[in-house]
Amino acid sequence: MLAWTIYLSFAGALLLALLPKGRPALARWLAFAVAVAGLALAVAGFVTGMGQGRVVIVDVPWVPSMGIHFLLAADGISRVLVLLTGLAAVAGVLFSWNIELRTHEFFAFFLALIGGVYGVFLSFDLFLLFVFYEIAIVPKYFLIAIWGSTRREYAAMKLALFSFAGSAMVLIGLLAAYATAGSHSTGLIALGHANLPVSFQMWCFPLVFTGFAILAGMWPFHTWAPTGHVAAPTAASMLLAGVVMKLGAYGCLRVGIALFPRGLDPWGFSFVGIGSWRDVFAVLAVVGIVYGALVALVQTDFKFVIGYSSVSHMGFVLLGLMTLNQIGVTGAVLQMFSHGIIAGLLFAIVGRIVYERTHTRQLAELETMHLSKRLPFAAWAFVIAGMASMGLPGFSGFVAELQVLVGAWMVKPWWTAAAGVGIVVGVAYTWRVLQKAFFSDTLPSAHVLEQEHAHAFAPITWPEATGVVLLGGVSLAVGLYPKILLDAIEPAVKALLAGGGQ
Amino acid sequence: MNYADLFRVTLPETALEVAALLVLVVDLGLLRKAALKVRVVVAALLGVAGCGAALWGISLQTGDGLYVGESLVLANGGGVAVAQIGILILTALTLLLLIDSSFTRHVGEYVAVVLMAATGGLLIASARDLLVIFIGLELLSLGLYILTAFAKSSGKSAEAALKYYLFGGMSAAFLLFGFSYFYGLSGSTNLAKIQEAIATSGPSPLFYIAWILVVAGLGFKVAAVPFHLWAPDTYEGAPTPAAAFIASVSKVASFALLISISESWLRIGERCGPWPQLAGILLVLAAASMIVGNLAALAQVSVRRLLAYSAIAHAGYILLGIAFIPGDVSSSFLVEKAVLFYVLTYGLTTIGAFGVVGVVERATGSDKLDSFLGLHKRNPVLAAVLLVLFLSLAGIPPLVGFWAKFNLFAAVLGAQSGPTPFALVALAIAMSAVSLYYYLQVLKRAYVMPAVDETPIKAHPVTLIVLLAIAAAVVVFGCFPALLQGWIASFYI
Repeated sequence: MLAWTIYLSFAGALLLALLPKGRPALARWLAFAVAVAGLALAVAGFVTGMGQGRVVIVDVPWVPSMGIHFLLAADGISRVLVLLTGLAAVAGVLFSWNIELRTHEFFAFFLALIGGVYGVFLSFDLFLLFVFYEIAIVPKYFLIAIWGSTRREYAAMKLALFSFAGSAMVLIGLLAAYATAGSHSTGLIALGHANLPVSFQMWCFPLVFTGFAILAGMWPFHTWAPTGHVAAPTAASMLLAGVVMKLGAYGCLRVGIALFPRGLDPWGFSFVGIGSWRDVFAVLAVVGIVYGALVALVQTDFKFVIGYSSVSHMGFVLLGLMTLNQIGVTGAVLQMFSHGIIAGLLFAIVGRIVYERTHTRQLAELETMHLSKRLPFAAWAFVIAGMASMGLPGFSGFVAELQVLVGAWMVKPWWTAAAGVGIVVGVAYTWRVLQKAFFSDTLPSAHVLEQEHAHAFAPITWPEATGVVLLGGVSLAVGLYPKILLDAIEPAVKALLAGGGQ
Repeated sequence: MNYADLFRVTLPETALEVAALLVLVVDLGLLRKAALKVRVVVAALLGVAGCGAALWGISLQTGDGLYVGESLVLANGGGVAVAQIGILILTALTLLLLIDSSFTRHVGEYVAVVLMAATGGLLIASARDLLVIFIGLELLSLGLYILTAFAKSSGKSAEAALKYYLFGGMSAAFLLFGFSYFYGLSGSTNLAKIQEAIATSGPSPLFYIAWILVVAGLGFKVAAVPFHLWAPDTYEGAPTPAAAFIASVSKVASFALLISISESWLRIGERCGPWPQLAGILLVLAAASMIVGNLAALAQVSVRRLLAYSAIAHAGYILLGIAFIPGDVSSSFLVEKAVLFYVLTYGLTTIGAFGVVGVVERATGSDKLDSFLGLHKRNPVLAAVLLVLFLSLAGIPPLVGFWAKFNLFAAVLGAQSGPTPFALVALAIAMSAVSLYYYLQVLKRAYVMPAVDETPIKAHPVTLIVLLAIAAAVVVFGCFPALLQGWIASFYI
């Protein structure tokens, strides 16, 4: 059933590409219908999959001469991330309701990207996963280059080249693993049991992990992320931060860690406290957390703040993965879900609800606009999203980051301490933009009030309200009752850490 | 040798030659007064029919091929048949692209020369004797020089042809010089006999010199660095269908020849232990082509020159595959199949790319990057075809170009373990990541940047059908690579 999320998205993309031009409303509703259907399938798959382990959905030989199978399967991690993709897709369509330029092409690229993302999360064959991973690159480029804003062509090309360079690293590693294993299966599970030599894993693991982590925004390969997020149209930034960065993190987990577990072993010597690839990547993750937060603190462009906050939050995912213990990795997966929802919501508020009305993202200009009075819905939505982003209890981010921090403490307490600094700075930058953009205390004079009244902002539309309620509601629901996702994630993580799945 | 065998084995070549003569008779005799449009259509269709007849001739072939005494002169079946079928199909496609062009009034001669050049291609794909190889190669090359110069009113075309001819003449001299050494060392012109003689006498410096000379001659044919200098000028100056022919058919044939020569030498290792550095020269060419081709393509503003440099880069990947063809027969087939898969799909894609460039060039008068501005508005179908073909050249799944690379690199890593193949494959993958940049430069103009001129571009329906068919093949073989792999493998049983 979950496989239909992929087919449906690609079919929708094809249909939209062939659709005659000049019918934007039709394109919108068609894309919405496809996204909702995908979400419905994802929810249904999640509900029916509860309590089950890994379930094979489709398994047919694809390239028999190389042993490649079209193997789709789902375990708890996949189901949670497919659910996230469904939510992000629906919210993305809702927040692109105002796209008037080449509407049908926009939604065609959008659905093609979504289809690729579903595909990655459901693939259990190494090369099938890679194929879907690369399929997602091209639509991203066009979404940003055609419909983007600030320096869009530069940002789009940068993103495409970073992604392609990352996937080239992954491909080198995968081909080497395939040749070294010498097996005639490319299934993730089969290769996980191939017992690759430790010396091989030692150099292949960092190659593949870094290749995937580029897309997860790992410092210092994160520079595509802020420019890409800022240049992208709202729906694309939501997808970039919401699901595309998760593709990278998912690849790190599903391929990097599961296939080359011995690559994380200690080297046998240590240099300034770093004695294994695990230490290297954990340190990079911690640096990313703190660095992203500090840079976010001084941005003058509202969207750049959110862009850098994504780098910071993705650092938690990578740190969680590097703990290699049950609680840390569970937290990392939950953080993927949580950040996907929250970043989507933040980008929607900044890029769509606020920007479409004020036509500026400069905090200095927003400061003079009294947005809390004039756009109370946006202000309160941002308060909620901001609280979720800070990791306040009651929201999904709290549970996720707490688990990551606990997991990290169990390995090396100083990781937790350093990441804690990132959280504190996170509160500061969220507070700063909240105050600057919405609640600046300069009182408007009577004249200004009159003027503002004359140029009232357009009212909040139903797609905007629906999208905010959907994303905010999910974050709150998961925050209040995380068990609903944790029940699915925990057994899958346990199996994965025990060695290559069940 | 008996002449019935000779006729049976050369049936495809004969069919093409008969078709070439028929085209001349019909065009110069019967249709002298007819309109140019009618003559083009008739000539192209006759040419396509000739290719069809030659395909039928291939399907009739049985056995190993033609023996003179005990030595194999013309081989049949296996990789030879795959390459020959590829040559014929690609020739037919380039002939169909001719219908929409107007660079010449001498269509009969054009089609006849194309068919004769294709005959040369068929010959070198199957030849196992140095003299036959050289005759076939010259038949092909002379045809290509003429085709390049065919746009008589264009100075660029004449310049390109002259450059191509001078470079080509020199490389033929190298090749012949190398061949003469082979003959001197072994006393035979037959590949198998030379192989045997060399294997018994052991490696000698003269053999290496001859090998390097031959590789230089063939490196010119496949446009490998540093013998690539003719390619950008020729691709830019030649009339579009001729450029498509040079980029595809001639490449397939030359690589087929390179495979058969390399294999005979590399298999010497099976008899008397591996010879050091025999494949080394191929590796140097491969690495140089990948690097120079991809980096030089970054700076191009003419799409034809860009395609030329991308062709050089692709030649590098293919040479990498050929250099790692292992000595023993059964595992050499694995790499050989991957190389053929690459060459055929590359030829197909590049014909489509030239087809699109040709249409745009006719409408805008230039092949500069900027003449592609706003193509998605001016002709959405053409833009979509361009998108598919260029992404396939860049190696994005699920298009066939991805599988071609993937197949080849996996085969190389499977054929030989150790740091050298791995480093070269890593270089190839890294370089193909570079290539995405310049392919996107064209696509960016077609899809992203605003159009200067929004008048629709019209393409001839036949051209459009051919281009759509190529794009469809690229997608279908990309989604189901096993179809093409299975087809190629079916010749190796």
